[in-house]
This record gives sequence, C-alpha cells and structure tokens, in this order.
Amino acid sequence: MMRSSKRSLFQKNVMLSLLSLIMMYPVFWWIGASLKTNEEMSRPGLFPEQPMWSNFIDGWTAIPGFTFTHFYLNTFQLIIGVLLTSIVACSLTAFAFARLDFPLRGLWFSILLLTLMLPHQVTMVPQYVMFNGWGWVDTFLPFIVPHTLAGGIGGSFFVYLLVQFIRGIPKELDESAKMDGCSWFGIYWRIVLPLTKPALVTVAIYCFLWNWDDFLGHLIYINSVDKYTVGLALRMFVDSQSSVPWGQLLAMSLLSIVPSVLIFFLAQRHFVEGITAGSVKG
Amino acid sequence: MNRSSSTALNAAKAGPILKKKSMLSRFLSRWESPVAGYLFLAPWLIGLFLLTFWPMLQSLYFSFTKYSLLEQPEWTGFGNYERIFTSDAVFLQSLKVTFLFVLFSVPLKLFAALLIAMLLKQNIRGMSFYRTMIYLPSLIGTSIAVSILWRNIFDSDGLFNQLLALFGIKGVSWITNPQTALGTLILLVVWQFGSSMVIFLAGLKQISTELYEASSVDGATRIRQFFSITLPMLSPVILFNLVLQTIGSFQMFTQAFIITEGGPINSTYMYALYLYDRAFGRLQMGYASALAWIMLIIIAVCTALIFMSSKYWVFYENDGRKKG
Repeated sequence: MMRSSKRSLFQKNVMLSLLSLIMMYPVFWWIGASLKTNEEMSRPGLFPEQPMWSNFIDGWTAIPGFTFTHFYLNTFQLIIGVLLTSIVACSLTAFAFARLDFPLRGLWFSILLLTLMLPHQVTMVPQYVMFNGWGWVDTFLPFIVPHTLAGGIGGSFFVYLLVQFIRGIPKELDESAKMDGCSWFGIYWRIVLPLTKPALVTVAIYCFLWNWDDFLGHLIYINSVDKYTVGLALRMFVDSQSSVPWGQLLAMSLLSIVPSVLIFFLAQRHFVEGITAGSVKG
Repeated sequence: MNRSSSTALNAAKAGPILKKKSMLSRFLSRWESPVAGYLFLAPWLIGLFLLTFWPMLQSLYFSFTKYSLLEQPEWTGFGNYERIFTSDAVFLQSLKVTFLFVLFSVPLKLFAALLIAMLLKQNIRGMSFYRTMIYLPSLIGTSIAVSILWRNIFDSDGLFNQLLALFGIKGVSWITNPQTALGTLILLVVWQFGSSMVIFLAGLKQISTELYEASSVDGATRIRQFFSITLPMLSPVILFNLVLQTIGSFQMFTQAFIITEGGPINSTYMYALYLYDRAFGRLQMGYASALAWIMLIIIAVCTALIFMSSKYWVFYENDGRKKG
C-alpha cells in the first residue's frame, strides 16, 4: 500500500515536471537565443557556446536617436499616471456601489457589468476622433484621462473587483464611525480604503500588466518615436531592419517582460485573487 | 448622521420654495445617501457618458456615413453595410478566419486548462513550483515580446523545425504557409491557458470532498466521478470561462498583427486587424464603425447563444436538484 502510493507520487512528479518543461521550453529557448548570433539561431541547442552578451548592449542602442532607456522611462511615466488615477477613481466608484444608498444604484451597477463585456472596438474609432479633435493624439492623455474616470483598460473590471471586496468588509465599522460623526468621505478614506489595500494591490498589478501590454492603444495614439513605449519600440525594431538581428531583438523583447515577471513573483497571491474575482461564487 | 446633514443642507438652500423643497427632500430621504452616492459615482458616470455612451452613439452615426477624419462625415445611409455584405470579400475572409480561430482556440484552451487544473489540484510537495512554471507563459500573454518570440520559433529554421528534425521530420515554414499560419496563432493562445486554469482550480476547490468520498463508497470509478461530479459541479465556472474567452478571442489583435501581419494571403486576417486597417490604415472611419457594430452584434449573439444553451448543461446546486 505504502509502496504504491509512493510510486504514484513519483509518477505525478515526473508528469508535472515534464509538463512544466514543455510549457517553459520556449521561454528557456528564448533566454538562450537572446545570447546567440544569427547563424547560431538555426542550429539546435538551447544555449550558445559563446554567449553574446553584446546582444543586450547593441540591442539597447539599436534604434537610432534613442536608447531603450528612453522608451522604458516613457512607458513607466505612462503607467504611473494610469495606475494612480485608476486606483483613486475605481475605489471611489466601488465605495459608492458597495456602501452608499442612492437612486438607480441597481441600474448603474448592471450597466457596469455590461461594459465589462463591451468590445473595445466599438468605442475605439469615435474615441480616437474625439481625442484627435482635442489635440490629444501623441500624448499620454488618451490613456490617463479614461483611467481618471474609472474607465480605460480594465476599468470596469477593477470597479467590480473592488465592489466585491468592499462588500466583504464588516459594515459595523462604518456604522460606528458614522455614530462618531464621520462623513462619508471620512469613512471611505479612513476606514474602507486602508482595509481594501490587498484588493488595491491586485488592481495595481493588473493595471500595470494590461497597460504594459496595451499594444493596440499605444499603436493608435502614439506617433512620434520620442514618445514611444517599449512595445512600439520593439515593433519598430522588427520593421526597421531589412535583415533582422534576431539575437538583439529577442534580447530586447526578453527584457521587456522582466517587469511583469518580477511583479508576478513578488505578488503571486494577489494574482490568483484578481483572476478568480467574480468567477466563483460571484 | 449624513442623512440629517444633507437634509439640513437642502433646507438651507431651498429657503423660500419651502413646499417644493420638502417634497424633494422627502423623495430623497427614501435613500440613505443620495447626494454622497452621486458625488462618489461622479467620475465613473462622467466616463460612462463621455467615453462609452456618447462614442457608441457616434459610432452608430459614423457607420452610416463616409468619414475620412479630414472632412466632415457625409451621410450615405446603409451604404457601408451594403458594401460590407455584398461586395467585400475581405470582410468575409476575416470573418471566416476569426470564426475558425475562435472555434478552435477557445475549446482547446479550455480543455487544456481544465485537464491541467485537475492535475494541479492535488496537494503534493512542490506543487506551487509546478503551478508557477505552468502559469508563467500566460503572464506575458498578449505582449508584443511573445509575438516576436513566436515568429522566430515557427520560422522555417526556427526552434519548432529544429525539434521536428530530431524526429526526422522536415517542417515547413509555418508562418508563411497559408495552411499553417492560423495554426501557429491558435497554438500560441492555447499555450496561454493560465488564467482559465486558475479559475478552474478555484472552482475545483469549492467542490465538497464529501461528494467524492460518498461516491467512492458506492464504488464509483475516477472517470465516473469526473463525469458525474466534477463536470456538473464545475459547469458554472466552465460557462464563465467560455463566455470570457469567446469575447476575448473575437478581439484578438496583437499576435496576428506582429506574427503574421494578417497574411499569408489573408489566412490570418483577423476581424480586429481588418477593422484597424480600415480605420487607421485607410482612414475610413465610417466603414470601420460599421464593421465595429457588426462585430458587436456577432459577439452579443454568440454570448446570448452560449447563455441560452447553458440551461441544458450548466448545473446549479441550489435549483431544486439538491445533492443527496
């Protein structure tokens, strides 16, 4: 009995290791390939005999006029703007839905849920026309302003996630604060917001990831290389060279996922909370 | 506290028109915090009208016009729709490709997600390591970086063909071959089944172990348990994933844009890509808006069909057919 369960445990481990290997193999190959020369790329083998660290250095400066430092700074600037405004706006909205009692609350909430499913393509063209008319093309405003209004990428989802979370905070806390003469804003700011921190971290993570990868948005609104984000810079890298220096390109694209991977390892717990919000017992 | 202060505020403001005011305040007093509620909601509401409702109306209007962004929209009635449905072969092609993509990628992705969630459900040592490894590819999901990687892997002398060569198979150039290009895109999104898997895992944890114990006492096999307990109990989560993935897949853009650029011979020309080209490549905002509304209707119909079918296959624990 003991023996067979040990064996099945062993089998399970072998199976899971194999599966992990298959899943991660392209990523391992990616790491190896970022250190290869173009000729070595087509030869089998994960890692090159002579790692070309220069791929990273040359790739970093491959785009004439700007280094990748510039593109990373642009992207971080955009994301910080989006992140802070999103957290404030979404938590205000979520507090209203979860705690306040006002006419048509149910209606607005169902509309919020509907906007969760609305494909972005429907508003893409008129939003562009509108922002273009205001002279916002080639600035970060088309990203920051929607997030300030609890919209933008993932906006409705963040509100929904926070509503679910705030509903789980015991109401007795705000009741007693109300007794002590605390205003609604005071309750939001001093009681609910500090307790919502774990959910806000989840929102921040997803806001970061999704905006980092919002290639279509960046593609539409950002035109000048001076304001390019990392994604756009990578795309320009692919297109600009006639014979693509794959090693450098893969090195740069590998670097571009480092922030996401770092965040993932630092905050794994919040990840699962974010993904499963609303799916189970929603 | 707040209710009385807001009524006091109303009273102070309304002064002379006392009767009207008292009616308003009596009406508002049916809610605990009507004023505060709308103040807190204000940013989102403004966004809803300015960035969703108004653009949707505008988009509907544009869809009946010829509009190049440089000149004023020119009303053409149903002209755009007529052209799309009667003389636009590329529209049909992109629709076909998108449906093929959704039809293959969504079931495959969900199947992989469920299968692997079942494997990762057990508690053995080192499980969190395996989960991390298996989830990691999904993290970098739609980033352009992964698309660049994919383009290289499926190149004629890329990793995939190197691996095939080990088995003595001579691979084709997967991305430039119209027969296989769409397959590489499907494989890419199936590889990233992680978020569906995590949702399945959470759902699996909610199934009471008593059900499994009771059924093993009755002599049910593992396979029987899967079909009679796991699948029905998990069906609401399957529905959730199915809807989410279907809506998402219809909008697939970045991967097709970077890896195959819609080609070869439009074999991966996704609907979203076509819409983008019409809008921002050729500045045909009216035509693109019509395409967008058709897309919205297609997605809405598909979602509605899924929900309608759910009556037959989704099992809710507390709808009368109680366990036991």
